[in-house]
Parts: sequence; structure tokens; C-alpha cells
Amino acid sequence: MYDEMYGNDGSVRAPYAGVAQWIQGSGVDLLKLRQNEAEAIFRKIGITFAVYGEGGDPERLIPFDLIPRVFGASEWRRLSRGIKQRSRALNAFLHDVYHRGEILRAGIVPEELVYRNEAFLPEMIGVDPPGKIYSHIVGVDIVRTDGASFHVLEDNCRTPSGVSYMLENREIMMRMFPQLFSAGVIEPVDGYPVMLKKTLEECAPLKCESDPTIVLLTPGSLNSAYYEHSFLADLMGIELVEPQDLFVENGLCWMRTTRGPQRVDVIYRRIDDAFIDPLAFKADSLLGVPGIFDVYRSGGVTLCSAPGAGVADDKAIYAFVPEMIRFYLGEKPLLDNIKTWRCSAPDDLAHVLANLKDLVIKRVHGSGGYGMLIGPHATKKEIEAFRAKITANPAEFIAQPTLDLSTAPILGGGGVEKRHVDFRPYCLVGKEVRLTPGGLTRVALKKGSLVVNSSQGGGVKDTWILAD
Amino acid sequence: MLSRTAQNLFWMGRYMERADATARLIEMGHRMTMLPGSNEMDEWRSVASACGSALDGEQTASAVIYRLLIDAQNQSSIRSSLVQARANGRAIRTALTQDMWEALNDGWRQLGDVDAETARRNLPALLEWAKNRTAAFRGASEISLLRNDGYCFLNVGGLIERADMTLRLLDVKYYVLLPETDVVGGGRDYHQWTSVLRATSALRAYHHVYKGDYSPWGIADFLILNPIFPRSVSYCYREIRRYLDDLAEVYGERHACQEISVEMMARLSETQIDDLFQAGLHEFIADAILTTQRLAAEISRAYHF
Repeated sequence: MYDEMYGNDGSVRAPYAGVAQWIQGSGVDLLKLRQNEAEAIFRKIGITFAVYGEGGDPERLIPFDLIPRVFGASEWRRLSRGIKQRSRALNAFLHDVYHRGEILRAGIVPEELVYRNEAFLPEMIGVDPPGKIYSHIVGVDIVRTDGASFHVLEDNCRTPSGVSYMLENREIMMRMFPQLFSAGVIEPVDGYPVMLKKTLEECAPLKCESDPTIVLLTPGSLNSAYYEHSFLADLMGIELVEPQDLFVENGLCWMRTTRGPQRVDVIYRRIDDAFIDPLAFKADSLLGVPGIFDVYRSGGVTLCSAPGAGVADDKAIYAFVPEMIRFYLGEKPLLDNIKTWRCSAPDDLAHVLANLKDLVIKRVHGSGGYGMLIGPHATKKEIEAFRAKITANPAEFIAQPTLDLSTAPILGGGGVEKRHVDFRPYCLVGKEVRLTPGGLTRVALKKGSLVVNSSQGGGVKDTWILAD
Repeated sequence: MLSRTAQNLFWMGRYMERADATARLIEMGHRMTMLPGSNEMDEWRSVASACGSALDGEQTASAVIYRLLIDAQNQSSIRSSLVQARANGRAIRTALTQDMWEALNDGWRQLGDVDAETARRNLPALLEWAKNRTAAFRGASEISLLRNDGYCFLNVGGLIERADMTLRLLDVKYYVLLPETDVVGGGRDYHQWTSVLRATSALRAYHHVYKGDYSPWGIADFLILNPIFPRSVSYCYREIRRYLDDLAEVYGERHACQEISVEMMARLSETQIDDLFQAGLHEFIADAILTTQRLAAEISRAYHF
């Protein structure tokens, strides 16, 4: 098992030298006290998230671990090239499947995986989003399984969340431990909102003649990521709107203001496809802006991300991303995928059913760490229940080997302990592809657990990219 | 600015003011019940009426305190007001400064698990806490919020609520101020008068302005017409007029709400307290309450919320 901080011989890896010194200098007891302090600050600022479908407290804190996750400069160079490459390929794929479908004609990606995909929107066929960009913010979940290699666990092309933690975790660390940052070796992350705004500006619609008016569309304050929505709108200096604040008239999109209607050009929407426009998608939805999809199609407003962008990020399509990179970019993939068996393919299915106890089974459209089976940690009964589900509906599932995720140090009950981590950077795609040196490190706080999702007892850490 | 943002600012101002005014009223009620010869339930009854939740049937003091302070079912309880103000603020986080949000967010759950008995036992501390919350919020807005249209909506909301609370207190207590009750001049009336001043935190201020003794005329004058006492109807309206004029200037357009505030202010500054008593104190108060309601409605019409 690879540990981020310690080598096999127990020596501290070079990027962690500063962190190790800090832990030793402060002592675990003091750090634990400061951890409680950090929690109080989070609570006071109101950085909370909610878990869908669990009831209970709608405003709960995501646990924050004080010990940062560190990447060395050369590691980051490798990662960042791979992340940008992947983001470009995913956008090229989206444009292709909503136009000529070359990759399908070439027989590289099976047609049914795209056209029968519930995230595929036929209404988007032939629509040309500004700059041919569909996914403006790509969240690529990355894990490390051994020293040399990073693997992509999944892609998030719709509206990946969590970037506010990247910014706030850093804010807290700088507030509490300014001395750690005084040497200037840690790359700052606070350029993200500026880059995001720039990216959105670059996607102004055809009919916009002056500086675009950008808004962030949130489902409302009961949404689990509401804090993030308001936080980002605030940092970009744009209006945070709810669907009822917007309306369509004369082929354009407007928001209701105290001065009367004001034109809106670019919408960074943090609301699912199905709820954008009750006229176009889900007729029984009470949410949404009636008619906005037509305005989008005719170049009156830009939706970021584009409706239908989700077809690129489900777990069955995931398996083909390396092929996409070769097909569209003519490049060698810089980041590897995890080996993935698609249960819809008969050979794969046979292998999966024969090896359930060693594999991780995921739903193709699942997210949040729900509804998965971790073979080695499951009981016989759970495995058999899953076998029945898979046999009944193979196309719904994929399987991957159980990964030996790397561990990073956390402050636990017994002092500094090791827990599994993953990493989500946020890649911005506008006229340029931009990447903030940082991201969100999620950590499985339960001992031995491999699930890092905040809804399943995961926590977060500050993530440091060291400067050269 | 989004109309919804203006609306939330306006109501946030109202709810915070309501929480504060309700705390002062409960304080007054608490104090009155400690006086010899007072009928405790009568006092609580008038406090509850002034808070807009008249009591029905027999009640205990604990029940009333619970209802005005903690009860989530009562839309006007201090807890409901604070929770609603926070919900207003949370819906428009970007329109608030960090300081304001922290003031709204800090300890908002505090009243959640207090029961009736605890509330009664810890009443002074709880009221003090509530007043501190609203003061912290007001201070945070004062020192950190941009002086734009949002600031106007927030303050107009607060001032309308404050004028309304003073008027409602007078509505409930006006009989105490009528000349007939003046005949005895005994201790009881003295306490009744001072209670009205206490409920508006005006006891000492009153002395600074009127020097001499308490009189019903002086007290009514102070709470309705005095231009420098910040809870008087006149002061509130002058400020309301000022903020509405600012809004008219920012937006380049005047509406019915501006006219109402100008008329009301003209009326308040031309009136002498003797005229008010002559024409009927109660009629004036009832009319002013209606005008204030109409004003609020016209503001939301003018700014599309």
C-alpha cells in the first residue's frame, strides 16, 4: 500500500518534509485543539452540506482534517497535463455525439451506450454551443494506487461540486497557520473564481453584443450545495438566481430586478438537466424556466454546462475515454483509467459474475458512493443480492478491481493515523483550458474504508501543490 | 438588484426588528408583574396583543412567555423571527457581508431546545441574548454593507416594523394615557406610564427630553411626535422617507410609496400633541397602523416583489 507521506522504509517523502516538521513541532495534542477551532470557524461561516434522502439536519458540517495533502511540483506537472487532455477529449466527444457521431461510426464506442443513455438528450442534436464547449467545468476524480501511477476513477462533466472546499480549506489553513505559507512554496488557489468567470465570459451567446451578464442558477437554499453556489456567485460578483427569478420573453432570457427585467446572457447552472425547462424536458417539474431551452438553442443565452453533457461522464462511457483521447486528439493518454468491465458485454459479464468477491460493482448512473458493492468487504448475502441485480439488468452495472488506494495522514483518535484519499481537481474549459493548481482531497475517515464521499462519512483536506 | 433579493432584505430587516422589539416588550411585561398589586395575566395579555398574538382563554405566564419567545408555531415569536431572518439571509447570501451573515448565523439554533420552564427561569438572560443578536446584526450591517439600494431595502423594512411595533404598543396601552386615568395620580398609573416607556427602552431618554414628571401627554408626544427618539413614529417615518427618496433617486422614478411617506411625515411634523388628544388618540393610532401597512404593500409593488 502506498502512503502519501511515508515511504516503505518509514522515511518522509520529499514533498511532505514541511508537513512532517510541522506535525512534530506542534505536537498532536495541540493540533487536535486547533482542529476543533477550525470546526467552529466552519460552523460560524456556515459552510455546510446536506445529504439527500437521509432526512435529519439539512445543514451539516463536512469534517475537515488539518493535515494537508501534498503534491510535488513534478507530480503536478504530470497530472495537470493529463487532466487538461482528458477535459479536451470529453468536450470533443460531446460535440461529436450531438453531431456526426464519428466515433460511433468508427465503431470505437458502441452506439447503444450513447443513444440509449438516459443522459443523452436528442433535443441537443445539431445544437452548436458557443466555442463547441459542453462541459465548462470538468471534475476528474483521481486516485493513486502505487508510487508511479495515478488513475482516473471517474469524470464529472455536469456540475461537479466541492470547489468551495478547495478554497475555504485553504482559507482556514492560512488563517490558522500563517507560518506554513510564509515561505511561499505552496501554489495559491484563490485565482479560481477569476478563471471561472473568464471561462464563462468566453462562452457568451451569439446574440450577446456587449459584456455578457452572467448569473449562477441555483435550485435554492435547500440544495445540498447551496453554500457553494452563493460562495462562488459572491466571489465572481454575479447574481445568484433561482428559477423563479428568470423568465423568457421575445426569444431572450431575463431576470426580475427592482428596476424591471434585465437581460441574462450566460447561466452557470447548478441545477440538473431535467429541471432546467419544464417545456423541453420534465413537464411535471415545478422548477425550471419555461422556454429557456429554445432561447439556448437559438443563441439567446448560454447554459454552462450544456444540457446533455452528462452523456460523457457515466461509468460505462468512462471506459472509452482513453480511446477518445487517441481518436480526437491523436495523443497518447497521459492518465490511465482503472480497468473496467462493462456488464452489458457478455464476456465482461461472465468475468464479473465469477469474481464478485474481488471486485467493486458500481451503477452506471450512480453517484455519491451509493448502491455500490465492495466485494472484499461484503457479506455472502450482499454479494448474492448483487448477483441477482446484475443478472436482471447487466447494462446498469460496471465492475472494477478493488483498488489499493493510497493513504494519507489524518489526525485521529490515536494521533496521526493513515486513511485512504482521492483527489478532485477542477478543470475549466473556455477558449483556453485552465487548471488551478489544487483541488479537493477527500478522505475516508472510517478506518479501512474506501468510500470517500461526504455522504458516507468522508472528510476533506487542504491540498497543496508545491512550487518548483 | 433581483426583486427577490430586495424582498429578502426588506423582510430580514423586519424580522430582526421584530425579534428586538418583542424582547423589549417581554422585558416590560416581566417587570410589570413584579410590581405590587399588578394583575400578572393582564400584563401578559397586553404584551401578547402588542406582539400581534392575542391570547385566547386562560393562560399561564409560562405559556405566554413560551409563546412569545420560543414557540415555532407562532410566526411572531422571537425564535421564529430569528429563524426567518436567517432564512431570508441564507437565500441571498451574496447580498450580505460576511459580518452580517455571521451575526445571523451565530447561535441561531440556541432557542431550539429551550422548554417553557427554562425560558421562564432564564428569562432575563435569554432576552439579553436575543437583543444582543439583533444588535450585532445591526452593527454588522452598519459597518460593512455597501450604501446601495440593498441597504435602503434592509433599513426601510426595519423602520416599518419599528414604527408598527411602537404603534401597536400604543394601541394596546392607549387607555393608560387617556386623561381619565390621570385623576388618581397614584402609584399604579405612574407604573403604567413608565411601563410604556420601558417597553420602548425610553425611560431615561424621556427624562433627558422632558426633564420633569411623567404625563400621558409627554409620553404620547415622546413616542409619536418626538423627532429625535429613535423608536418614535415620527423618527421612523422621517428615516423611511429618506431611504425611499434615496431609492427614487437611484432608480430615477417615484412611486406611490414615496408619496405616502411624504404625506405621513408632513402630517406628523405639523401635528401638536394636544391636537392628537383632541381629535382622538386611538383614531390616530388606528389610522397610522393602516397607513404603515399600505406603505409596505406599495413598496413591494413598486419594486416588483
